[in-house]
Amino acid sequence: MQISEAWLREYVNPAITTEQLVEQLTMAGLEVDSVTPAAAVFSGVVIGEVLAMEQHPDADRLRICQVTVGEADPLQIVCGASNVRVGLRIPAALIGAVLPGDFKIKKSKLRGVESYGMLCSEKELGLAADANGLMELAADAPVGVDIRDYLSLNDNIIEVDLTPNRADCLSVEGIAREVAVLNKMDWSITPAETASVSHTNILNVSVTATDACPRYLGRLIKGVNPKAETPLWMQERLRRSGVRSLSAVVDVTNYVLIELGQPLHAFDAAKLTGSINVRYAQTDESVALLNGQTIKLDNETLVIADDKQALALAGVMGGSESAVSDETQDVFLECAFFSPQSIAGKARNYGLHTDSSHRFERGVDPTLQERAIERATQLIVDIAGGSVGTITDVTTASALPQRSAVLLRKQRLEKTLGINLADAQVVDIFQRLGMSVQTLPDGWSVTPPGCRFDIAIEADLIEEIARIVGYNNLPNSSLLMRSELGKATEAVLDLDRAKDLLVDRGYQEAITYSFVDEDIQQAVAPDDNIVRLKNPISADLSVMRTTLWCGLLKAALHNTNRQQNRVRFFETGLRFINKDGDMQQQKMLSGLALGSAYSEQWGVATRKVDFFDVKADVQALFSLTGTNAQFIPAKHPALHPGQTAEILSLQGEKIGWLGMLHPTLEKQLGFDTQVFLFELDQDLLLNKQIPKFKPLSKYPSVRRDIALIVKEEVAASDIVNCIKDGAGQTLQEIVIFDIYRGKGVEEGSKSVALSLILQDFSQTLTDSEIDAIFSGLLETLTTKINAKLRD
Amino acid sequence: MSATLEEILAQALQQLRDAQDLNQLDLVRVHHLGKKGLFTLQMKKLGTLDPEQRRAAGQVINQAKDQFQQQLEAKKDLLENAALAARLAGEGIDVTLPGRGQAVAGLHPVTTTLRRISKIFASVGFQVVEGPEIEDDYHNFGALNIPAHHPARAMHDTFYFDAHTVLRTHTSPVQIRVMESEQPPLKVIAPGRVYRCDSDITHTPMFHQVEGFLVDTDVSFADLKGVVYEFLRAFFEKDIQVRFRPSYFPFTEPSAEVDIECVMCGGEGCRVCSHTGWLEVMGCGMIHPEVFKAVNIDSETYSGFAFGMGVERLAMLRYGINDLRLFFENDLKFLEQFK
Repeated sequence: MQISEAWLREYVNPAITTEQLVEQLTMAGLEVDSVTPAAAVFSGVVIGEVLAMEQHPDADRLRICQVTVGEADPLQIVCGASNVRVGLRIPAALIGAVLPGDFKIKKSKLRGVESYGMLCSEKELGLAADANGLMELAADAPVGVDIRDYLSLNDNIIEVDLTPNRADCLSVEGIAREVAVLNKMDWSITPAETASVSHTNILNVSVTATDACPRYLGRLIKGVNPKAETPLWMQERLRRSGVRSLSAVVDVTNYVLIELGQPLHAFDAAKLTGSINVRYAQTDESVALLNGQTIKLDNETLVIADDKQALALAGVMGGSESAVSDETQDVFLECAFFSPQSIAGKARNYGLHTDSSHRFERGVDPTLQERAIERATQLIVDIAGGSVGTITDVTTASALPQRSAVLLRKQRLEKTLGINLADAQVVDIFQRLGMSVQTLPDGWSVTPPGCRFDIAIEADLIEEIARIVGYNNLPNSSLLMRSELGKATEAVLDLDRAKDLLVDRGYQEAITYSFVDEDIQQAVAPDDNIVRLKNPISADLSVMRTTLWCGLLKAALHNTNRQQNRVRFFETGLRFINKDGDMQQQKMLSGLALGSAYSEQWGVATRKVDFFDVKADVQALFSLTGTNAQFIPAKHPALHPGQTAEILSLQGEKIGWLGMLHPTLEKQLGFDTQVFLFELDQDLLLNKQIPKFKPLSKYPSVRRDIALIVKEEVAASDIVNCIKDGAGQTLQEIVIFDIYRGKGVEEGSKSVALSLILQDFSQTLTDSEIDAIFSGLLETLTTKINAKLRD
Repeated sequence: MSATLEEILAQALQQLRDAQDLNQLDLVRVHHLGKKGLFTLQMKKLGTLDPEQRRAAGQVINQAKDQFQQQLEAKKDLLENAALAARLAGEGIDVTLPGRGQAVAGLHPVTTTLRRISKIFASVGFQVVEGPEIEDDYHNFGALNIPAHHPARAMHDTFYFDAHTVLRTHTSPVQIRVMESEQPPLKVIAPGRVYRCDSDITHTPMFHQVEGFLVDTDVSFADLKGVVYEFLRAFFEKDIQVRFRPSYFPFTEPSAEVDIECVMCGGEGCRVCSHTGWLEVMGCGMIHPEVFKAVNIDSETYSGFAFGMGVERLAMLRYGINDLRLFFENDLKFLEQFK
């Protein structure tokens, strides 16, 4: 909310600077967002009156004016505005004046005629973004007075960012109340004058939805002057409150809204049929709103209706068909209390947000309506005349919010804040806040005023005390708490360790959005059931990722498009899969590598990263936990069919995938190099066996190398598994140290050279024992995978 | 006629002097001391002499042999030193050339920041707990005292999947989940991703928060102030000014916003702090009795505080990052700065 400082100070004027006032508000929980001068900096502009005017001899559009600024002799000023006329009072910039933008006014000649100043528009004074001509002042504007004083331009606009609980401060009066409390100043509300009633016509009002509308006040004001102009002071206050001046009656309702916090609505009584009814809308009923929109209502929406139709969205916005216009003479003024529950969320459902709905959904003081309607009546009559009718008051007392007493225990107050406060101080704070206090043996019973919707429990009262005493005047205590010994879980590896390993192996951590482009998602994982956002921020962030690859691929592209030809990324986070309506959230660790295996460096031939480089990184992760993962040739829609491994635990649990991005996708996504990807289930990856000691053998180990010829389709893991099965207890380690194809090996076959380390726990292996093991092994290899010993 | 011992010795010494390298030297050694070496043959000849002469002649041969050996060792040292010097001279490299191998990458600055926050709180016994990112509206709102249509929901710009399923808008639901399953005393921090349907220069639709809370008997607002104050000083490693302002969160009462003295300008006022000298860094407060009620913890026996902070915001202040959106572009030129 934004308010004028001068207006506020009219209510309560503590002897503190603007800066101190702003600090005070902020520290009391009414956070001030900004303070801006009400007008741009200018000087030397006074009120003048055009005494005489003649046509410029050499310029059609210019007039030579004689303008009095209160001195003995009038000034000759040449003016080009179309609305300049004799008798008009206008802002006149004198010689030596400085207008906004550091524009200095000097004596000048316009087409040969001397001019001793300038007559100004609102735009030239920085009061409006646009202007059609000179700023026209009231006929009684005092000639010679500085325009800044006349318009009270030496003012600041204070923008307060109010939290939703402080509906009571959504008005000048509300903030004034707070300022008075903070400065311990006497303050009370100004009662409105009761207008004298001069006609007996009323409009019947009935309220069907009494829970939603516990109080409805209406009044007919007849014969107002539709052409009445809103006085400048009111226009200025509205402007400084961020409200545009529209017409006298509407301006008054807005003015009272800002002054007291009570939204009002003015109907053109001539456009109403029969009586007023406050009810819920019928299904499919519609209403044409002031903003030009016609909306279809649901039957939970409160409306103001006449006998014919719904007229307005109660508490939110009036309708265009019953609105006051520049022809309206009879006004029906509405001033109601709508319950927050009945308005909350309604405006938002229809995509609307108004000053009125903002206040009603947070809570308008239910005791305020009479004062507000009287205040508005008084202002309308002052400005536009009219004869005033009696107030029709439909109040359902039982539906009005009740302010019940809240108990505050002294001991609880002190325990929560860690401070002792004098009883008198506590009572004083509550009373200044408009609460009634009853002192009890061990505390107080406090009843909040109608304007406070946020005081319902003891903690609310404690906060009020803390707020007014000042949070920074409350003590800090050091952390004296019971401690317990921490945990040191060993069966689960800390994710940080895995991340550090990848960092050390050259992978940069990335963080990408959890929602992704559906096209990439479809391309990368067409078979996954996606979870879709109902209200995505944009079409390219509309579905939840089922794999972290979506984001990593996009991040990689961002970099390859910026001359990075080597990218290695990893990310940790959730993936989201829809499994039969159940949204599963699975923690993953994923990586991507493209470009050269090592960054360009001297003495090493540059080569592109390949499957086995990345596999080594993945295996390094597994070695952190001692997991024996199996890499099984498999197919994945995103990956190259010949370079894909599904990663399984020994028990067959699916840990993840490793492979080369499918060349079709590589091209489709816009890469010009091979991309390798891996994705691992964090829970399975980080699952760790607590090491269990095995005794060491005292006997020497023996290494034997063999070279086997096998068919191409026999996988290395087949050979290794076959050897593990066949070699028995003494086998300690198998290393594949060469793969050979070519001369000496027939086409379609390959030679695999392995070394086996054997060791026994009870004896030194003899040559004959080793030979026996090997001949047995060869037999198994021949039968199972048709391997032959290479000569 | 065979050469005399003197001649053999003289020649041997000469050959030692002439030897150019260790190989030649070894040939000289074998030629004289090997199985068929000249000195060895001399010794073998002793057998033909009578015992009287044998002793004296043996002594003479041994003396000559010793002399040869001494010279041999000396020459060997000389040649070895020369060889080493030559090797060292030949093996010089340019040590200013860069090392080879895989370069180390870095963690994302959000992770680094999260780790620091966790470390500070872990040091006083806070446990790190994570929660789901797709949440039901009860845990995200209802249990946190934010009923349907509450204006606070509007502040949250929620992403929905259906009427009751959302992307969590804050890490506070973890507070509920922990209190539902565990009894006080509780000291927990909950870091993680959160989501708001808002995207502009100062908002990204996803960001990170750390929620922290402590529940025990006799926890006061003073404890909250103390913990927050000490944390901020530990995080910024600086004796910064901290202030608490009343604010509003449905799940705490009293509630506060915490400002620190602007770390960019030291409180003088600059663009970053909108010329106020202060920066808002977290929200906090005493856990609301309604929240305790929702998780069946007796608010007469227990009290607690909770706080929540934006991780990107803290990272930006710590490292002087001026654009929030950089965090999720994953540009290597940006990420590589945070090693």
